[in-house]
Amino acid sequence: MMDGFGDLKDLYQQVILDHGRNPRNFHDLPEASNRADGYNPLCGDQVTVFCLIEDGHIKDVCFTGKGCAICTASASMMTQLLKKKSLEEAQTTFERFHSMVTGDEADAGSDLGKLSVFAGVRNYPMRVKCATLPWHTLQSSLTEGGVVTTE
Amino acid sequence: MSTAAKPSSFNVAAVRADFPILSREVNGKPLVYLDSAATSQKPKQVIDALCHYYSHLNSNVHRGVHQLSQEATNAYEGAREKVRAFIGAKSTNEVIFTSGTTDSNNLITWTYAHSTLKPGDEVLISHMEHHSNIVPWQMVCEATGATLKVVPITDEGELDMAAFDELLSTATKIVAVVYVSNALGTINPVRQIIEKAHKVGAVVLLDGAQAVPHLAVDMQELDVDFFTFSAHKMYGPTGVGVLYGKQALLEKMPPFKGGGDMIRMVTFEKTIFNGLPYKFEAGTPNISGVIGLGAAIDYLLELGLDAVAAHEHELLEYATERIVKMPGVRLIGTAAKKAGVLSFVLDYAHPHDVGTILDHQGIAVRTGHHCAQPVMDRYDVPATIRASLAAYNTKEDVDALLAGIQSVYEVFGQ
Repeated sequence: MMDGFGDLKDLYQQVILDHGRNPRNFHDLPEASNRADGYNPLCGDQVTVFCLIEDGHIKDVCFTGKGCAICTASASMMTQLLKKKSLEEAQTTFERFHSMVTGDEADAGSDLGKLSVFAGVRNYPMRVKCATLPWHTLQSSLTEGGVVTTE
Repeated sequence: MSTAAKPSSFNVAAVRADFPILSREVNGKPLVYLDSAATSQKPKQVIDALCHYYSHLNSNVHRGVHQLSQEATNAYEGAREKVRAFIGAKSTNEVIFTSGTTDSNNLITWTYAHSTLKPGDEVLISHMEHHSNIVPWQMVCEATGATLKVVPITDEGELDMAAFDELLSTATKIVAVVYVSNALGTINPVRQIIEKAHKVGAVVLLDGAQAVPHLAVDMQELDVDFFTFSAHKMYGPTGVGVLYGKQALLEKMPPFKGGGDMIRMVTFEKTIFNGLPYKFEAGTPNISGVIGLGAAIDYLLELGLDAVAAHEHELLEYATERIVKMPGVRLIGTAAKKAGVLSFVLDYAHPHDVGTILDHQGIAVRTGHHCAQPVMDRYDVPATIRASLAAYNTKEDVDALLAGIQSVYEVFGQ
């Protein structure tokens, strides 16, 4: 598959395609303590992130919405990774993830485990917002709990 | 129009040779440019006109007594006459240069509409408008107490004319509709709309941004009150557009922006405004852009609008016939009369992912809501993939698009 697509394989890795098609934690959470809506008006990506925060930890996190494969997979893997993590760990992970996809640091992402599949996004500046929208939305839910847009 | 009408004289290879950008590569592949509804590419005739202006004529217009200013003024006003003839206006007084369609639409809302609308009045727009023909009306209705009404569209992407008839009444003061939809490609029955609107005493604004590159327009024949368009969608430069208005209406309208060139005399006690068309052209205009628009008109006329339309129509039919046979494709906009636009979604991939994979093959399409979010909501899609056609496109471009979609299917469709 994708013969002759060169570095597109780096963007659309099998793991991303899988999470894009079958997102995990893709449901709402009536008992959520925090939630926020995220919207990318440029392409129509839209996610809502729900969290249940207890004792400074993310007890549960999930999402709903409509987005491209990159956005959906990013949200799916974000929720998988952050469940049971402390808020500090979540913040650190977000910062590392952001550095990786914006290409600020050449070796950023080496310690991000599964999330390193998103490293290819840095070669597609127009798609960075797709990958970061769920994270910005999560951050918004934890702080002001408002609506975040990336454009 | 039938494909048989295509004159054999239309030589697309020669047309392509006029557009320097078409010979470049994108991501290692020859550029396949299918985004002309966003902005068309520019022929060397237009690029040369800009270069010639800055190399030989550059100076301010309507100001100096020196030779350069006179030559620049002649070129600038010469372009106004070209626009007048191109759109069939009665007088150059009716041709106002703006920065684009959005600017032209705002000029109407903030002068004509703002000074005439009262509470209880109604403005009628359609569900397929570009944001630039929605938001200014929302703002002016908010400011004046008038009510904004929206004509619905059908599943095929045509105006619901029965609903139009019901919504139109003597309370309707302004009807503002798009001639050719940028998101759907629909050509609206504008003659019928204008006739009906005039019967109830409403004035009509036509957003012609997507119409002028594809079909001949004649202001007097249409009997339209206001008509707006941009140069950059018809092979001209960005940053310049036109507002056509019937002289009697323009004369009654207050100025939009104040400044130089739009005045006859200024004292601190009183200012006397300039006459048409300068009353609406405050400040140094986009001189090179206007001259470039004149060159674009010359270019389009040389190609022949009918020949261009026939060529594009043949391509649209060629593309439509083939794309609907591909798995998972849903066309958005299947009106009987369309121009230049193929808008679609794939049930297995998001438009944004499709755009990236096509770009990787050198194919430029627009993916998104096309500044027409209500249209996306109407068809319950977050966005569409839009391939739009121009005089320089070929069947090979369409074939590249179809192969590109096939490759998207290979990545996402399984």
